[in-house]
Amino acid sequence: MNSALLHPVVLLLPIAVIVAFWLIAAVERRLRGTVQPGFFRRNGAAVGTYLIVAVGIWMLLLILLPQVSMLELSFRPKLPPVQMGGPRDMYTLANYRYFLFGSPDDASHWNVLHLRAFFLTITVSILVTGFDFLLCYPLAFHMAQTARPGRVRLLLLALIAPYWVNEVLRAFALRILFAGSGLLNTALLGLGAIAQPVDFLGLNIGLYVGLSYAYLLLMIFPLYSAIESLPHEQIEAARDLGAPWWRIHRDIVVPFAKPGIASGCTLVFMLSAGALATPLILSGPRSLWFTPVVYDRFYQAFNWPQGAAYAFILLLTCVAFVLMVLRLSRLSLGEMTR
Amino acid sequence: MNAVALPRALLALYLAAFFLFLFGPLLVMAVTAFNISAYPQVLPFAGFTLHWFADLPRDDDLMLGLGNSLRIGAMVVVLSVPLGLAGALLMHQVHARARALYYLVTVSPVLTPGIIIGIATVIFWRDLTGMTHTRFLYDGILLTVLGQSSFIAAYCMLIFTARLQRFDPALAEAALDLGASRTQVFAHILLPFLRPAVLSAAALAFLSSFENYNTTTFSILADKTLTTVLAGRVRQGTTPALSALAVAIVAVSVLGAVAYEVLRRHEEGRRAAAQRVAREAERQEMQSAAQPA
Repeated sequence: MNSALLHPVVLLLPIAVIVAFWLIAAVERRLRGTVQPGFFRRNGAAVGTYLIVAVGIWMLLLILLPQVSMLELSFRPKLPPVQMGGPRDMYTLANYRYFLFGSPDDASHWNVLHLRAFFLTITVSILVTGFDFLLCYPLAFHMAQTARPGRVRLLLLALIAPYWVNEVLRAFALRILFAGSGLLNTALLGLGAIAQPVDFLGLNIGLYVGLSYAYLLLMIFPLYSAIESLPHEQIEAARDLGAPWWRIHRDIVVPFAKPGIASGCTLVFMLSAGALATPLILSGPRSLWFTPVVYDRFYQAFNWPQGAAYAFILLLTCVAFVLMVLRLSRLSLGEMTR
Repeated sequence: MNAVALPRALLALYLAAFFLFLFGPLLVMAVTAFNISAYPQVLPFAGFTLHWFADLPRDDDLMLGLGNSLRIGAMVVVLSVPLGLAGALLMHQVHARARALYYLVTVSPVLTPGIIIGIATVIFWRDLTGMTHTRFLYDGILLTVLGQSSFIAAYCMLIFTARLQRFDPALAEAALDLGASRTQVFAHILLPFLRPAVLSAAALAFLSSFENYNTTTFSILADKTLTTVLAGRVRQGTTPALSALAVAIVAVSVLGAVAYEVLRRHEEGRRAAAQRVAREAERQEMQSAAQPA
């Protein structure tokens, strides 16, 4: 179908949905004949207007319409500006086909380069998430249950402090550490553990460490606040009844902290899969993270529709991951983001 | 000793390893900022110098980026704090059937990768400004403010929602019974109650904006911010000047955090004192009312 016709319709869609919900609410109020005052009576005219205008701008102009136009663009061909909206501007799946096969119409070969980057990104992000969870859980448990309050305050401060340094500079710090003549190589050579400097960056060790390092804080805080609300007596009761330490964690702490675990894992996965600065700074020349591929679609291939398709694939993957975590942990989104 | 807790020695070892991992790289970077050596390294320590710091203000790109970052941060605060507040206030007024959807839409920017927010913002505004012949609005700084605000407003909303849970509606009802208008209730009861949340939302908004890279790198177009300049430099090659900049940023942040904490304590102390005075006055009044004249 020609996009010139559908384009305005697509942009009006979110507005239509909101108006529909508003109408349903209004009709229902009329039918029930509730005594509740209307929206503007309840908030006052000034505050009511502010609420509607602010949330309207936020939801429509900043969240929904940009996402919808990105999705719409991903189904359009790349055309010179003159031909946009012309007869050749038809909706197409070519951009998604390109992601799979590396060509808009030939489906005989897979697009190995991009698919490999995509699956590598997903796999490494899952491993990073798992590693961060294992690394943070003992500390979160210690802070939440066994440490004294003064110590907890100190630990919290120590955890937040490194995050005053921004992401780019944190990656830079690791780059200095892992460089060919960096401290790590100097130390290992000095100890005689290695004979030749190890190319940590080229082997992507720098990247994996950098990603694990970058989002530690977003794992530890959800875990800490979830475990902290577990009454101490439950653990004591289990211990008095003779439960070994690993059963206390498996059967009491972990099930109780499930919302925190789910939100920590979701955040770390999403941030790793969507990370751009860390892979740009720390990955070796042969590695390919997916976000730089997306970036290059825009600013090197200058193929915006294709870039939009790639961005949408990344977004879908993150949504799929969130849904999977929710399914596995049997939680609702509301419980998780509490 | 607590049997669930890790044995003491193991715990100490684990904590030491954890914080070595957390601080080690940053300390290494800090040391390189003071080393004369032109390549950022700790060993050999060729000699102590401050000239990497002295060079910073002469770096035009960096200063331009810094100026833009500060400007964008201020605009993001001004935009996203009111948006987040409105989002939180509307949350409980949305029709029950639409509430789950409302929540999903407003929280979704937090769960969306930053680069996608940047891409979507640029695509939409290119489209909109093209259609409405307002191309002058297609500006890197403006787009960055809009893109960043979409998720920073969600952070603010979560802060306000948490604070609003402790709001006592009886306060507002009492004011209404005494003849206050809805707008007066908002301005004189709700906003003062939310004051601490407004302050933390503003601080968080500024910091998230200042350090953002993923969204900004797309939405900034031909302009630059401090973070995008930094990322470009780091990719070109590493110099101790970047270490010096990192040290300077940390120093400023620490000063800011200390100042914020002092102000907060001061405010708390003042409020506690005011409360004590009010309670004392009330007690005396009760006493004098109880005693027959």
